[in-house]
Amino acid sequence: MLRALLSDDLPRSRWLAIVLLVILLGLAFAPFLFPGAKSLNVAAKICVFIVLAASFDLLLGYTGIVSFAHTMFFGIGAYGVAIALTRLGAGWDSVALGVAGGLALAIVLAALIGLFSLRVRTIFFAMITLAVASAFLILASQLSDLTGGEDGLNYRLPLALRASFRPFDGVNGRVLDYYLVYVVSLALVLMLLRIVNSPFGSVLMAIRENPFRAEAIGYRTVVYRTLASCIAAATAALAGALLALWSSQTNPDTTLSFDIMVDILLMVVIGGMGTMYGAAIGAVLLVLAQNYLQALVGDRWLLWLGVAFILCVYFFPTGIVGRLRRR
Amino acid sequence: MKRDWIPLLLIPLLGVAAFPLVGSPASWVTLTVAGLAMGLMIFVMASGLTLTFGLMDVLNFGHGAFIAVGAFVAATVMLALGAWMQADSIWLNLAAFLPAILAAMVVSGALGLVFERVIVQPVYGQHLKQILVTTGGLIVAEQLLKLVWGPDQITLARPTALRGAFLIGDIAIEKYRLLAVVIGLLVFAALALTLSRTRIGLLIRAGVENGEMVEALGYRIRRLFVGVFVVGSALAGLGGAMWGLYQETVTAGIGAQVIVLVFIVIIIGGLGSVGGCFVGALLVGLTANYIGFLAPKVALGSNILLMALILLWRPQGLYPVAKR
Amino acid sequence: MAEPLLSLRGVKTSIGRYHILHGVEFDVAEGGLTMLLGRNGAGKTTTLRTIMGLWRAAEGEIRFAGRDIAKLSTPDIARLGIAYVPESMAIFADLTVQENLILAARAGPPDQKRLDWIFARFEALKRFWHLPAGHLSGGQKQMLAVARAIVEPRRLLLIDEPTKGLAPAIIANMIAAFRELKDGESTLLVVEQNFAFARQLGDTVAVMDDGKVAHTGTMAAFGADAGLQQHLLGLGMGEHQ
Repeated sequence: MLRALLSDDLPRSRWLAIVLLVILLGLAFAPFLFPGAKSLNVAAKICVFIVLAASFDLLLGYTGIVSFAHTMFFGIGAYGVAIALTRLGAGWDSVALGVAGGLALAIVLAALIGLFSLRVRTIFFAMITLAVASAFLILASQLSDLTGGEDGLNYRLPLALRASFRPFDGVNGRVLDYYLVYVVSLALVLMLLRIVNSPFGSVLMAIRENPFRAEAIGYRTVVYRTLASCIAAATAALAGALLALWSSQTNPDTTLSFDIMVDILLMVVIGGMGTMYGAAIGAVLLVLAQNYLQALVGDRWLLWLGVAFILCVYFFPTGIVGRLRRR
Repeated sequence: MKRDWIPLLLIPLLGVAAFPLVGSPASWVTLTVAGLAMGLMIFVMASGLTLTFGLMDVLNFGHGAFIAVGAFVAATVMLALGAWMQADSIWLNLAAFLPAILAAMVVSGALGLVFERVIVQPVYGQHLKQILVTTGGLIVAEQLLKLVWGPDQITLARPTALRGAFLIGDIAIEKYRLLAVVIGLLVFAALALTLSRTRIGLLIRAGVENGEMVEALGYRIRRLFVGVFVVGSALAGLGGAMWGLYQETVTAGIGAQVIVLVFIVIIIGGLGSVGGCFVGALLVGLTANYIGFLAPKVALGSNILLMALILLWRPQGLYPVAKR
Repeated sequence: MAEPLLSLRGVKTSIGRYHILHGVEFDVAEGGLTMLLGRNGAGKTTTLRTIMGLWRAAEGEIRFAGRDIAKLSTPDIARLGIAYVPESMAIFADLTVQENLILAARAGPPDQKRLDWIFARFEALKRFWHLPAGHLSGGQKQMLAVARAIVEPRRLLLIDEPTKGLAPAIIANMIAAFRELKDGESTLLVVEQNFAFARQLGDTVAVMDDGKVAHTGTMAAFGADAGLQQHLLGLGMGEHQ
């Protein structure tokens, strides 16, 4: 049962299993273990960023390509929901339409960028995605009629997700909202695990190891890489939609900015590239650091994480997960 | 021999095409000078990046750090020499301005040397790691900048002699932009002469084409590369200093801000080609200014569009570098 | 017997996962011209590249003029007096003929007498002195690649398939140039497919088969032994012209 759920990709380390279990259960009972608006907010952010980082790991760790446009897809998903809720009112039909629209745009854009630039080389793809993402960021802040510009959008969530909604004693709409985020995130992570452990995932890794050989065997590397890029983009867009559904406001800083891109990179590399579980650990670490460490050591923590990031790339490419598995 | 003039022709073509759209000759001249100034500043920042890529297949995603450091160092020197900057004498102005840009170049160059040794050298030939580790270098460098200069932006006033504009009839040309054009052209001329007339320059061009053969002839391409990397970093510092003075503010994000334009320029030009970088930079600068005037909302998008168009026409950029 | 100028012992080279050389052993005596022959894929080019340090020998010893060069970097190997003409020629297409030769002459501007000697053999180089090398024809590029190796005196020349795709008139000039070099200042190790050319020029021969040297001896003896040629090169004389 557990094997099937994890697609046969077990933690393979007692310590890693314990850490993951703590994360899983901690998040599952977060509304009761850590009451209070701030901690629930942190828990929801962790869920969203686990999905976002895991989808980035599909690209970085499994496919071996660096995209700097991952936040763009995240933002597209978030703005899809936000715009729909702003324009069409706070109903579930708006949510569905917003999610569908965001997904479609994300997939089309990812396919275009991929087909256009993935046939060349890793470096080229990285540069193109950086350029496109920065243009998109500007675009989002310029089209203020649609996106609310720099200030972003503030909107009302569907009734069942509001704090004022109290179906039972002690459970309000925010808690329901949290479990929506939690369940969807968990499902998305399990889906990604399934993908990387499928034959498709093996082809991706073969391409990562030796693109020329994979091409010689008969795999069309551009198609596979573009597909991976589309899946990652779609998942990121869904993560964005979850964030929009959680926070009732969407703006460039929380969804599109390069600071978030840097965060994702830090999460995946420090957690462990090409492991999926690393994304979860990295996301927990970073979101906790941002919300609680900042108060303790000030802004300096990002400096140390940057150093840790470089050391990881050099010495521990499988990051924390790799360390735990070696014990 | 045949030279490929077509990309070069794009520059005047773009200017001519913009003329009727802009309408007034005065605005057109102003925009064109602004575009050339912006383009040349980007060229100064981008030239080293494209050469290091050509030579060793290394693309430094942390290049923006050198741009930012240059801007901060120059700002610090100019603020320290504030009295001379504000004096009503061009010589005193120069006595503040020149040391400022020199200091920017020296510090950025020195940082480049450290960066090359610590960050870049261990990951030669591994593109994925290279992208990651140089990006990591950028994260660390940006944090260090904030540590040294604080998180707030620094406001910078141009020296007296460089304020205002020359007026020719109803045409106004900003003095500082003119200076940026002059400095940019000087850097281009110096680079072009070095590459075509000196032994080092020949070695660099040969190395961009086929580094292995340069080694087989008995030259240590590693040293050549380090040299180019340091000079490229120093030029990035110079460009950053000029850009800071152009914007009259310096922030820790200045590197990230400009690096996107720099990347677009070297992709358009053809990775590894200094000539292509020059043409690409001018095209980007002019496009940004014309479109910024005609349709301000799509200004940055216009550069992406320009890049897409050029890549559809020449997928390897304007001047593809012949590789083995 | 004097120590050979170049000697390889048990040299093994791998490229990625593929083992190309499985213990190459042969000597090249000072003076004269050694032909390195063998079928396609026997490891001839890999042997030259390994001597030059462009691919690292995983095992074995490469001695040149009395010192082990297997661990030296390519530029250091070149500076000991070894020049290399790769099969791809690797001329710098963006540079003029003159600039290509300026770079090849490490000690300073190329010596005019020597240039005149080169021009006498390869007249086209003089004619196209200021033309970017990318505009030369295939044969002219080959001349430039060889000229680059001999623009200054070198003790050992490693030349990979100099006659590939060349017109007979140019081959004749090439033969004359190599003769003068081997009788004078240099020792040559030449990889060749064209057996007629090899036979005219070679003093000694080393024949490779499957990543090893299967036969060494004089060219005269090898040229007379049709059976051995058939066995090692796999082709009858007819197919070799």
